[in-house]
Amino acid sequence: MTDVSLGIPAMPAPDYPADVRQRLDEDAAKIIARYPGSRSALLPLLHLVQAEESYVSRTGVRFCAEHLGLTTAEVTAVATFYSMYRRKPSGEYQVGVCTNTLCAVMGGDAIFDELKRHLGVENGETTDDGKVTLEHIECNAACDFAPVVMVNWEFFDNQDPESAKRLVDDLRAGRTVEPTRGAPLCSYKETSRILAGFPDERPGAVEATGGAGPASLAGLRLARGESLPGNGAGVPRQTSAPPQDETPPAHPSSHDAPLDSAVSDPEHPAGPVTQERPTEGEEDR
Amino acid sequence: MVDSAEKVLAPVLSAFWDDPQSWTLDTYRRHEGYEGLRKALALPPDDVIALVKESGLRGRGGAGFPTGMKWQFIPQGDGKPHYLVVNADESEPGTCKDIPLLFANPHSLIEGMVIACHAIRSNHAFIYLRGEVVPVLRRLHHAVAEAYEAGLLGKNILGSGFDLELTVHAGAGAYICGEETALLDSLEGRRGQPRLRPPFPAVEGLYACPTVVNNVESIASVPSILLKGKDWFRSMGSEKSPGFTLYSLSGHVANPGQYEAPLGVTLRQLLNLSGGMRPGHRLKFWTPGGSSTPMFTDEHLDVPLDYEGVGAAGSMLGTKALQCFDETTCVVRAVTRWTEFYAHESCGKCTPCREGTYWLVQLLRDIEAGKGTLADLDKLADIADNINGKSFCALGDGAASPIFSSLQYFRDEYVEHLEGRGCPFDPAKSTVWADKSHLEVNA
Repeated sequence: MTDVSLGIPAMPAPDYPADVRQRLDEDAAKIIARYPGSRSALLPLLHLVQAEESYVSRTGVRFCAEHLGLTTAEVTAVATFYSMYRRKPSGEYQVGVCTNTLCAVMGGDAIFDELKRHLGVENGETTDDGKVTLEHIECNAACDFAPVVMVNWEFFDNQDPESAKRLVDDLRAGRTVEPTRGAPLCSYKETSRILAGFPDERPGAVEATGGAGPASLAGLRLARGESLPGNGAGVPRQTSAPPQDETPPAHPSSHDAPLDSAVSDPEHPAGPVTQERPTEGEEDR
Repeated sequence: MVDSAEKVLAPVLSAFWDDPQSWTLDTYRRHEGYEGLRKALALPPDDVIALVKESGLRGRGGAGFPTGMKWQFIPQGDGKPHYLVVNADESEPGTCKDIPLLFANPHSLIEGMVIACHAIRSNHAFIYLRGEVVPVLRRLHHAVAEAYEAGLLGKNILGSGFDLELTVHAGAGAYICGEETALLDSLEGRRGQPRLRPPFPAVEGLYACPTVVNNVESIASVPSILLKGKDWFRSMGSEKSPGFTLYSLSGHVANPGQYEAPLGVTLRQLLNLSGGMRPGHRLKFWTPGGSSTPMFTDEHLDVPLDYEGVGAAGSMLGTKALQCFDETTCVVRAVTRWTEFYAHESCGKCTPCREGTYWLVQLLRDIEAGKGTLADLDKLADIADNINGKSFCALGDGAASPIFSSLQYFRDEYVEHLEGRGCPFDPAKSTVWADKSHLEVNA
């Protein structure tokens, strides 16, 4: 995807470089072998191509289509249905603030507004350093830990505007950031590989942050005759390690750097991207 | 008189979630893990189905359909492969039980799946996990690998001659995939849109083969029934709603969290035990089972939270997601936000839901901002009525629920927005930190 486009419309997408293609072919074969019907592999394959490029590119669509005997239109129809597939290169860390009713009321709206102001980006946009893509997300099944922020789909529970600002500052400074539930953060691309069905091989990743979170144990504690704190909500837990190295990385990798243009690949033959990415709150698929 | 916690609560699924390594096979085995499976494999499949049916276990994903009956619908001797698909696409707003369950103890699900597959004669099962919960995916990957390693999955499980492959499948962000036929389409690599029924999944499900789709909590409840028996299970809850379940308390309560109790407990009991609403505030409205179940008010604190009790009071037990909002919360804001969610998640297949949810959002935004007219309230109810029961799947009905119920209990508050030309509430007062900063200022 680094080739300069000469503006010729609707040409087939370029293939991956040969070495990348060979590596991905091996991964794809493993994914397809999990299913009685090969097409079932499409969602994990789309996660896989996202793990390569941070988004679903035309090359990625072509790759999926070739492996499953589908047309690129069929693959694109699926890729555009699901909110986790990105259609343009995005940041190394996806910061998603839950603004569904419960989290919104408990403070998610205030957190999201504060992060937009703090980062100088709107919903779906990436900071200039390519580090953080800010989004509001729907209910992520952690309402007893509200307000919730997800970073690369790891849980940051019981947040407030200050803790959320510290979180994004730490991410941008390259400091180690650990969720309240989940493993120390890896990049969005590495996360996508786990989603494609390849287990996280990092030592300690599975056991990180221990068993159930505090709220999950509330009933069990009472049943054992213990008492509860009474203010379970609104106590932000430490979200990041103390700063150890204030020197940020020299520059973002080329993969994660934001593109100059706001939308991906305007010559994408599958449809007008600008109409598929409506403004905040008007999304309607 | 406040009942003691020991009397009201009944941790079964959550019984050892506080163990330091609760998610591991070792821990699970120390708590009789996979003993239910041994018992099941010694029984003929039909006897397992009969046992689960007689236990009275009902689906914990919202609809409450009897689990054993679902299994019994699978045709036998038809020569086709059978499949079990576990619905771990937990996305209903307010619902937060399956995700902590899988994070704390994924093996309870895996054991239940092996038992279920033995019963319905399936040799390939799937867990469809929503994609947005990577910590849970990690533990599922790990637990499945542990189970294969220990001979609890794969060929000739525990020497029984029974084979089972288990595939963990991560979704990609779409609430509609929690609808069982949309989930099957998604698992087949398509856009997640619901299918016309009949044929039901029991006849033509995954790859047009007989398929059982069950919720995580339903299947995770099965091992304990095998181990301790149907009479033990029926000793909890009521005749028609037996057993225990996870109640998820959230919102403006002193101690949000998971509270496992026999079916039929009331919100008043749970609040009394757990410290009530946050100090200085009172309950205004709540959902018994997620945003798709019509909301309740403080008049409903004594409704038994089982399938019949909640139904008789005009709502649905749903997922037992008890989202509690206090008097600082604007009900119009809450309903508007839920409606934006349904509009966002409508799959677009049927017109009433696709168009209806869009127009509901337009109206509600105007009403919340005080820009509507009184006639808009009737229009709101009329559009909701044109979605409810007229959509292709239950997403549309769910979208109508908060509209109907909020108009029923809080019509005055809608009118207040219109007559006062704006929202009379201060959202800052609803936040979890509102009272804390107040206290700090006073101190």
